[in-house]
Formats: sequence, structure tokens, C-alpha cells
Amino acid sequence: MATENNSNFSRRGFLKASSLASGGLLIGFNLFTACKQKAEMPIDITKLNFADFNAFIKIAENGMVTIFSPNPEIGQGVKTSMPMIIAEELNVAWKDVVVEQGVLDTKNYTRQMAGGSQSIRFGWEALRQTGATAKQMLINAAAAKWGIDASSCSASNGIIKNANGETLGYGDVVKEAASLEVPEGLTLKEPKDFKIIGKDAINVDIDDIITGKPLFGLDYVAEGMKYVSVARPPAFGQKISSYDATEAKAVNGVSDVVQFGDKIAVLASNTWAAMKGKKALKVEWKTDDSLESTSDHDKKLYAILDGKDLDIRREDGNVKKAFAEADKIIERTYDSPFLPHNCMEPMNFYANVTDEKVHLVGPIQTPAGTARRIANLIDREPKDIHLEMTRMGGGFGRRLYGDFALEAAEISNITKQPVKVVFSREDDMAAGIYRPAIKYRIKASIKDGKVSGYHLKEAAINSNMYGLIPNFFPAGAISNYKVESGNYKSNITTGAWRAPYTNFLAFAEQSFFDELAEELGVDRVQLHMDLLENVKNNPDPKIEYSPERLQGVLKLAVEKSNWGKTENGVYQGLSVYYCHNTHVAEVADVTMENGVPVVKKITCAVDCGIVVNKLGALNQVKGGVIDGIGHALYADFGFNNGVPQSNNYNTYQLIRMGQTPKVDVHFVENNIDPTGLGEPTLPPAGAAVANAIYKATGKRLTKQPYMNNMEVASEIVG
Amino acid sequence: MPTYNLKVNGEKQVVEAESDTPLLWALRDHLDLVGTKFGCGIGQCGACTVHVDGTATRSCLLPISALEDIEITTIEGLSENGSHPVQQAWKEVDVPQCGYCQAGQIMTASAFLETNPKPTEEEIRIAMNGNICRCSAYNRIQRAVAIASEKIG
Repeated sequence: MATENNSNFSRRGFLKASSLASGGLLIGFNLFTACKQKAEMPIDITKLNFADFNAFIKIAENGMVTIFSPNPEIGQGVKTSMPMIIAEELNVAWKDVVVEQGVLDTKNYTRQMAGGSQSIRFGWEALRQTGATAKQMLINAAAAKWGIDASSCSASNGIIKNANGETLGYGDVVKEAASLEVPEGLTLKEPKDFKIIGKDAINVDIDDIITGKPLFGLDYVAEGMKYVSVARPPAFGQKISSYDATEAKAVNGVSDVVQFGDKIAVLASNTWAAMKGKKALKVEWKTDDSLESTSDHDKKLYAILDGKDLDIRREDGNVKKAFAEADKIIERTYDSPFLPHNCMEPMNFYANVTDEKVHLVGPIQTPAGTARRIANLIDREPKDIHLEMTRMGGGFGRRLYGDFALEAAEISNITKQPVKVVFSREDDMAAGIYRPAIKYRIKASIKDGKVSGYHLKEAAINSNMYGLIPNFFPAGAISNYKVESGNYKSNITTGAWRAPYTNFLAFAEQSFFDELAEELGVDRVQLHMDLLENVKNNPDPKIEYSPERLQGVLKLAVEKSNWGKTENGVYQGLSVYYCHNTHVAEVADVTMENGVPVVKKITCAVDCGIVVNKLGALNQVKGGVIDGIGHALYADFGFNNGVPQSNNYNTYQLIRMGQTPKVDVHFVENNIDPTGLGEPTLPPAGAAVANAIYKATGKRLTKQPYMNNMEVASEIVG
Repeated sequence: MPTYNLKVNGEKQVVEAESDTPLLWALRDHLDLVGTKFGCGIGQCGACTVHVDGTATRSCLLPISALEDIEITTIEGLSENGSHPVQQAWKEVDVPQCGYCQAGQIMTASAFLETNPKPTEEEIRIAMNGNICRCSAYNRIQRAVAIASEKIG
């Protein structure tokens, strides 16, 4: 196999086949694990056994291929790209492939989730093997029918050919193929022979999206279902004291008001009545915990940075000595706010808890874990839980947390009715699981014109950077290097937000390196190229990134952006970063218009290995870049006595078209196994823009959002 | 409960709901037309955009009591089978990521192109500024509106 990879995929027993009663071949397989010995294939297409297999391919007698894609779609394109990988090795025309969302999950999915930009990376090998195995089964069946050796047959575009020029369609041999042994030891295609991978494929749900078909959780309706609006404590740190539902119950359409824990559910025959009913509730809240404000958090986080009680996450050489011997020391502190996710589709979930089973439907990034938690919560057997995933109107990390599904299950369990919990935008922003506010302090020493020491401290609300991050750049590039972290436990709920930690860390570090290059009097690109050169001889296997690939994207971005050669009045800023297994460099072009910096263009160079679906990949890359710019420029979110400062778009600003630069994307071409794109282009964007604004205005930005932190910035436009 | 006579996508519909019920929820919960999306409820995001007498309007702020016998068009009624030039341009460019805001984007763009069939780039950016796309597919939305304008041409 020509592609470079480190996996040790075992084919043995990963796939089973059956003949469908209604005609056609069904192949069941498990991404990432083998099938259980006892797993039985269904012969009825309406009874796909997702407990034993997490994905299926159906090949019908007319040759049409239906792929039941296992991973939930949140906009990252895997419902299109993962089946493309199967179809490539199966040798069918993409137009003959239909893709359906894997219907539901119960308990045996090992990775039926979206998060961390890992769907493609983890699925790559298994999906190719599955496609190749299915193709070989069909070829073997045709060969048996012809009474010849399979090695003299080949298949393309769903047609099997033999040396005599005879042909059989895949559909002609599906019945025979189902009864044959599953072949092993297959050779996968060389990347140069790819016909589907690397080409443009339009999102498989496009027709349904542009015509407004019901696809999303919010669109799901069931017979007799009640719409539910939930009143939750308005401040973190509060609980219910008492409530009066008289007026809420008087709202036309409201059928029921029930308390569960410290929340009150208003059930109604339509969403509007449920929302009105909630507003009509008279609730007394009591404070039984601290009511925290952003000013408190600032003090706590600065105290962590100033103190000595931090955990060492990585330490190379002797940072203390490097600082003691330095010619010069530079130190900067960078501040970020909390961030709500703000998926356009507010959180929602359907639940119908009956004596027979628990039926759950909705947008969720973690179906398996959520099903387990619900089973525990309402004391049911995991086998009773039947969870269907819908398309998701954005995720960004928020739908990893099943809190909204648990609420729905609990309310249905109490009221014995089918219910759908619907968050208003205000609920969605106020009952968030936010990107935690974080501060970084970076200190570097300069000795004889070189960076001799680097010390990064992280102070965060609730939790710190995950274990791989201390091994990202510049680990290995600077011989005296130290990363430390500490946190303050708050009652404000926090969690993963698109590109956790790196979404702000990249800004801090890449702004810092810009300043460092200026201090050293060296070109910004040269500083990075030299530092990356140092890593090439570093034997530490923990170093996460490839210095060659980072240098590659850096060179590509420099070339494509005309770095240093732009016309008068265009100011450029650079940022280069590795995260989520993908290497990215971005150059921002900023101009001054009426004294205001305007972000005109971002040139983005990406190395994600083989690009599976270029059309989808470009969308991910551009979206990530603009998302990164939007939040860096505009997004501010804090707390006042436990209450979020904003709860809708009149006070919280998301980037809009008029503020959006053109994003020019260039992929590094290679044959390395693919990595994900949902996250890695977001982190570098903020620093590229900040560094360009510095060149244009002479002002260094250390706080996000920039809008609040520069005199003219409230007018920053794209 | 009072009843209201609405004209949605060329058909008469009787909705039995409170007078203050926003058109958004009448469409979604009473008429099963769920293509029109709920985003913010305060007219800031554009996900709920429909055409009211041909004008792009936020349905989340519009009580049904004010809409009797006024022509309302939703994404479901914009064309038969997605054949409107704006829908076709959306497909050609492969605009959506999560797709949730796109019905609202398409309704804003289609009403805009009715009044300004040959817009400049800047006019497109201004016209579409009221519709948030959280996935930030803005480059493609802008291009799709320009392509739709050529198709209409």
C-alpha cells in the first residue's frame, strides 16, 4: 500500500454478509473493531442490527449501492466523505451510491460520535478495507458463476469483467456473493488510481436542505407529542426555592407544569404556548453557592499565573537557568472570555419513555454515552434505550453534552408523555457548557540573538489543556522549554468548544512569536523555519507535529499570499499552527480604511494528507478560518453574579457577511493518510489577523475580542 | 381559540391559535412547514425568513393576527422541487455545512434578487448581512447569490 500510515488494521472478522429476503446483498461491518463471533446478520432491511454492526452496505439487484453512514452529521461533511471512501474501493460510480444516516445507536458503537476532527482519520483504513472486501466478494461470486479463477476478473463502475470480455453487474451476483467466504489479504488502491477520493462531491443532503425538508432535531414531530420549555436557574449558583404555576397553566395550550430537580418544565401543545407558559411562571430562586463574576475570575486566574501552584505539563532543559543567563526577557499575558457555542439550531431533544422502551430522537454528537447516561438516570436497562440521531444544526462541541436529552428523558419519564424539549436562544446561551475563560502568560529568553528559553503558563476555569498540547510547537524547537497549568473550579459549566484550548492558545503563541521575531530583528518566516529545523533532529517520540509539514504549509502560505511583496497599504500577518493532526499556516491581509483596519483576505495553506472531498474540505477550511476571525474580533461573554452578560444576538455579536474576508485555500498535495478538517483551521486565524493589525496600527492585541480592546476596533469590518 | 385564514404557498390555511402566535410557530407547529427555522426569536439571525407579499420578512416577530389573506411564501413554496435559480445556485456552489440557516439565506437572497437582479458584490454583502451562518459559509453564500443573479439574467 502506497499511503503512509501507522495503523495496524486487522481484517479478520470485521465484516459479515447476508442475502436480504427482499433481494440484494447486505454487508455489515464495524469501524474500529472486529465483529463479535455471535453477531448475526439480518435478512430484513428494516431490521438493521446496529447493536452488532455499526455500519452497513446494501447492494441491490439493480446494482444500486446504499451506504448507511455511521457518523452523525453536524456540518463537517462526513455523511458525504466517509461513504466516498467506501465507494472508491468498491469501484462503483458515485452517482449509483445512496447515503443514509446510520439509523440509530444503542450500545456498541465504539466511535459513533463527531468531535476532535477524528471521524475521517479513524475511519480511513476500515472504510477502504470494507469497500475493497465487498468488491472482492462480488468478483469471487462472478468468477464462480463463470467457473474461472477470480484473479482473471476485474471490476470497475459496478461491472465485473473477465478475460473473455464477458460482464456481470454487481447486482447480478449479490445472491451468490452473500454465501461466499469473506476474502482476506486484499490490496488497496494506489492513491494515483483514486477516482472518487480527491474529487468534488456535493453534500448528499443538498436537495433536502435547499427545499426545507425536515432533517433536524427541531423538525421532528411525533403523534401526541408535547412541546416543552424549561425554566432553569437564571444564575449559576442558584436553586429553586418555590414557584407558582397558576398563570403559566392559564396560558392557552399549556397542559402541564412539572418540577424536576431545580428546573421547571412547561408542557404545551405548541412551542409558542410552552415559551409563553415559561415566561408566566413565578419562580423564587435561592442562592446556595457563590455567584461568580468575570472580575472574580480575572483575579483568580491572575493569582494562578502569579503563584507557584501550577502543574508541570512538560519540561525540557533548564528554563530557570536560561532566564538567569538571558540577554533579554520578553513576557506577555493573553486573555480570553468564555464563549457560548451558539449552534444555529438551539438545543432540543425528543423523548418518549414508556414501559416497553425509551425512544429518543435528536441532534447529538455522542449518542452512545448519552444513551447510557439516560439509562442510569431513569433506571432502565440499556437495551430499552432506542436513540435516533438527526442531522445537527451545528455542534461546535455543544452537542457532545447530552444535558438536553437527559432533560427530555426525565420529563417524559415523570409525565408519561412523549415530549420535545426546545431551548429558546436565551436558554441556549444561558444554559451553556461554555468555552472556559483562559489566560496564558508566555515568557521567552533571548541569548546571543537566539531564543534560549520558553515558559508557558495556563490559568483556566475548571480544566486545563489536554495532554497532547504541551507537545505541540514549539516543543522540541527550543531546548529550554516548560509548560505549566492550573485552574480555578467554578460552578459555571464549561466544556469543549471547537478546537478546545488551541482555539485561544494558538492566538497567544503565534502573537508572541510575532513579537519575538521583531525583538530578534529576524524575519517572522525565517524564525519559524529555523526553529522547525531544530525539531528535525529531536528524537522525542512525544513531539506531536511534523516539522517538515509545518515548514511545508508555511512555505506554501508565504508563496500564495505574496508575503512581503504586497502593494502599499496592505499589511500582512502570519500564523502557523498544528492541532487535530493537521498542519496549517494562514496569512491575513489587512488594509486601513478611514483609519479602521479591514480584514480583506486570508490565505490558508493546509496539510491534512489526502483530501477526500475537495468541495467539502474547502467549505470546512473557509468556515473554520472565518469562525476563528469572528470570535477573535467580536465574541465577548462573561458573567455578572452568575448571570451571563448576553443571551441573544442583540447583545452578542457573531460575524456576518459584511465583515467576512475572502479566504483563499491551498492544500499541500501528498499521499499521507487523511486527517480531519472540522477544527484545525480555526486556531491560527486570530493571530494572523492580530499580527496584521499590529503592522497596520502599531498596536499589539493581547485580549479577545479585539473589538473591546482597541480604540477603533468597534468599527473593524471585513 | 381564535382561528386565522392564512395564504401560505398559494393555499388557504386555517390556523387555530392565539392571536400573538408568531408566523414562525404557526408554520412549524400548526402547518407542519418546518423548513422555516427558529434561530433567535428576536429578528436578529434571519433563520426564520419568509416572503410576505414578496418581501423578505422575519417570521419570528410577525403575529398571525396581522397576516390574514396576505401572500406568504416559505422555502417549501419557493419552487417545485428546488428549481428556483437561487436554490440551484446553492446546489451548484454546495453552500451548506450544517444547513440549518440556509432556508432563511435562500429566502433573503431570492427576495433581494427580485428587487435587484444584477447586484454588485457590495450590494450582495449588504443584502445578506442580516442572515447569520454560524458555520461561516459566507464566501459560498456570496458566490451563490452572484451565480443565481446570472441564472435569472
